Amino acid sequence: MQTAPRMTPGRRAYVEVPADPQQTRNRILQAIAVAFIVAYPFLDLLFGWQALLAFIPMMLMITLALGLNIVVGYAGLLDLGYAAFYAIGAYAAAFFTSPNSPLARVLPGSPFAWMQDFWVAMIMAVLVSGFAGALLGAPTLRLRGDYLALVTLGFGEIVPRLIKNLEPWTKGVKGMNPIGRPYLFGCQFGVDPCEILGMKLKLGMIPYYYLTLVIGAISIFAIIRLRNSRLGRAWAAIRDDEIAAQGMGINPVTTKLWAFSLGASFSGATGAIFGAYLQTISPDQFEYSTSVIVLCMVILGGTGNIWGVMLGGLLIQSFDRIFAERLTGWIHKAGALTGDPTITAAFNSFDLLKSRLLVFGLCLVLIMNLRPQGILPNRKRRETALTDLPEEDLVPEESVLIAGADVPTEKPR
Amino acid sequence: MLTFEYFLQQLVTGLANGMLITLVAIGYTLVYGIVEIINFAHGDVFMLGAFSSVTTLQALGAQAVKRVANKDQSPIPETYLWLLIALVTSMVFCATLNVLIERLAYRRLRRGSRMAPLISAIGVSFILQNVGIYWKGVSPVNFPRYIPQIDLVKAMGIDSFVRVTTKDVFVLIVTVPLVIALTLFIQRTKLGKAMRATAQDRDAAQLMGIDTNRTIALTFLLGGALAGAAGLVSGLYNNTAGFQMGFSYGLNSFTAAVLGGIGNLNGAMLGGVFIGILAAMSDGYLDARWTPVVIFGTLNLVLIIRPSGILGQDLAERA
Repeated sequence: MQTAPRMTPGRRAYVEVPADPQQTRNRILQAIAVAFIVAYPFLDLLFGWQALLAFIPMMLMITLALGLNIVVGYAGLLDLGYAAFYAIGAYAAAFFTSPNSPLARVLPGSPFAWMQDFWVAMIMAVLVSGFAGALLGAPTLRLRGDYLALVTLGFGEIVPRLIKNLEPWTKGVKGMNPIGRPYLFGCQFGVDPCEILGMKLKLGMIPYYYLTLVIGAISIFAIIRLRNSRLGRAWAAIRDDEIAAQGMGINPVTTKLWAFSLGASFSGATGAIFGAYLQTISPDQFEYSTSVIVLCMVILGGTGNIWGVMLGGLLIQSFDRIFAERLTGWIHKAGALTGDPTITAAFNSFDLLKSRLLVFGLCLVLIMNLRPQGILPNRKRRETALTDLPEEDLVPEESVLIAGADVPTEKPR
Repeated sequence: MLTFEYFLQQLVTGLANGMLITLVAIGYTLVYGIVEIINFAHGDVFMLGAFSSVTTLQALGAQAVKRVANKDQSPIPETYLWLLIALVTSMVFCATLNVLIERLAYRRLRRGSRMAPLISAIGVSFILQNVGIYWKGVSPVNFPRYIPQIDLVKAMGIDSFVRVTTKDVFVLIVTVPLVIALTLFIQRTKLGKAMRATAQDRDAAQLMGIDTNRTIALTFLLGGALAGAAGLVSGLYNNTAGFQMGFSYGLNSFTAAVLGGIGNLNGAMLGGVFIGILAAMSDGYLDARWTPVVIFGTLNLVLIIRPSGILGQDLAERA
C-alpha cells in the first residue's frame, strides 16, 4: 500500500526505491477504494446494507488509533490511558455547547457567546486535550517505558472517575446531553429535514459520515507530513535509540512531549465529533477497555505504519460493531437448524459480543508473540532493520554483540 | 464520627486489607525483580483464585450454607478442613495458571523491548477476565460465610466502638505465615538463592549452572500461589467475588509494590499495608468513590517523584 519513501533533505540514508511496476496497479486500486469510501452512504441507501451507523463510529475509532499511533508507533511510548484524552476532548466540547453544562449559565449573552459554536468548541477540544497531554507528559516523560505506561494507565483511570465524581460540573454517571451539533450552510447535522439552497433534504446521519471522513483525511495528511518532518524523524530516532538520538542533539523530553500532546489533540477532535454524533457522553465510554481496544488496533495492523493501523482498526472495529453480532446470529440460527433442543440451547448460549474482551486479549498476545511488528510492518523500520537483525523488537536491549556472544553491559540508568 | 476510635476502626480494616494487598503485591514484585516484566495479568490470576475457591467451597460444603440460613454462627470443625482444602486447591490452581501464562505469553518476549511483554500481559489479563465471566457470570458471586464474624473486643468485655472481628484475625493468621515462609524460602533455600542470583544477573546465573528458565517459572509459581491464597482469603473476608476485582485489586497491589520499591520483598509488604490503610482512610474520611482516585493519584505521584519507591535502591540490586 505504502508508496516508496519520498526523499526529503536530511534523510539521505534511504536509497530511492526504483519505480515499482505494481505501482500503477496500486494507484488504480487506491482510486477505486477512495471512490467507494466517498460514495458509500449512497451505496448503502441503494443496496440497503444499513451499516452506515456502524461505519461512523468505526471511522472515528480509526482516527483515534491514528492519533495513538503517533505516541506508540512513532515515538515508541506506550500509552495505556489514551481514552482519557478522548474523554477530555469530548467533555470539553460538551462543556462549551451543551445547555446542561455549567458554562451554559455563563456564556450566553456574554462576550464569549461565540464559544458555543460547535466548530469553535471542536477547536477548543483539540487545544484542551493537547494541553492535557502536555500537562501529563511534562513530569512523566523522563520515566522509563513501562513506568510511563503505568502512569498513563493511572491517568486513564483517574479521569473517568473524576468525571463520575464531580457531578455538579459533569452530571456524573448520567452524562452530558444534548451536545451542540455541527452545522454547514445553516443546516444542523443529523436534524431532518434540512434546507440547503431552497431544497428540503432528508440526510439522516450522512453529514456525520462525511465530517468523519474529512477529519480522517486531514488526520492522515497531517500525520504523514508530521512523520516526514524534522519532528517525525526525531521521534523515530528516539524510538530506535534514545541515547544515540540524544547524542545527535535531540532533546528527548520535548520531542516526546510533542508526540504526547499531538497524539492527545487528535483524540480531542475525535471526542468532540463522537459526542455530537451520539448526542450524549458518559464516563463509562472512556474507560480502560476503550484505551486497550484502540491500542489493539494500532498493534494488530502494524505499529508505526498508518496503513497498517487503519487496517488493524478496520479489522477490530468491523468485528466489534458488525461481525460479532452477525456471527452470533448465524451461530444461533445454525443451532436452531439442527432441531435438537440441547444443541440449540448450547449454540444459543454462545455469544461473541460477550467474548469481545477475549478476542482482543488473544489478539494482543498472539500478535506480540508471533508477529510483533503487526500485519503491515512499518516499512522504514523494516529497511533499517535489514542491516541490523530481522526483528528489531527481539534484539536484546541491554547487550551488545561482541565476538558473536551476548555480553551484558552496564545498564544505563 | 471523627473520633479516635473511628480512626482505629479504619486502621484495623486497612491492616487486614493491606495484608491481602501484600500477598498480591508480592507476586508483582517477585516477577518484576527477576524478569523486569510487569505481570499485568496477576490481578486476574488472583480473581480466578477467588472463583476457584468459591467453586471448591460450594462443592464441599452445602451444609455450611444451611447453617448460615439457620443463622448458626458457631464454627464447625469440618469447616477448617474444608478451608484448608480450598486454600491448597486455590494456591495450586493459581500457581499452575501463572506458570502456564509465563510459558505461553512471556517467555518468548523476555529478551525483547519492555513494551512487548507488557502488551502481552494486558492481553492475558483480558483473556482471564473473560474466563471469569464465563465461569461465574458478570454479576458478583456471594462467597459462603465460613468465617464467623465475632467481635473480639466485645468478647473480651471491653465496651468500645472499635470492632476487631475473627475475620480480621483470620486474614492475619493466613497471610503472615505465608509471607514469612516466602521470605525464608528466598533467603535460606538453594532455590531461593538461585532466584536471587537470576534476579541479579540472568546471564551470569546461567553461566554458573542455574537453570534460569526453571527459576523464572518457580518465581511465577510462588507469585501465583500467593495470589491464590489471597483470592480465598479476600473472598472470605469480603464475602463477594466478581470478575472485575482482579483489575482493581491488581492495580492497588501494583501501586503497593511500586510504592515500596518494586523488586523489593519488604517494600511490597510495607507498600501493601500502607495502601490498605490509605484505602480504608479514604473510604472512611472521604468517600468510597474517591478511593480509586486517591490510589491512582498515589501511584502516579510515586512514579513521578520517586520511581524506585520507598525501599527501592538502585535498580541493579533487586530481590
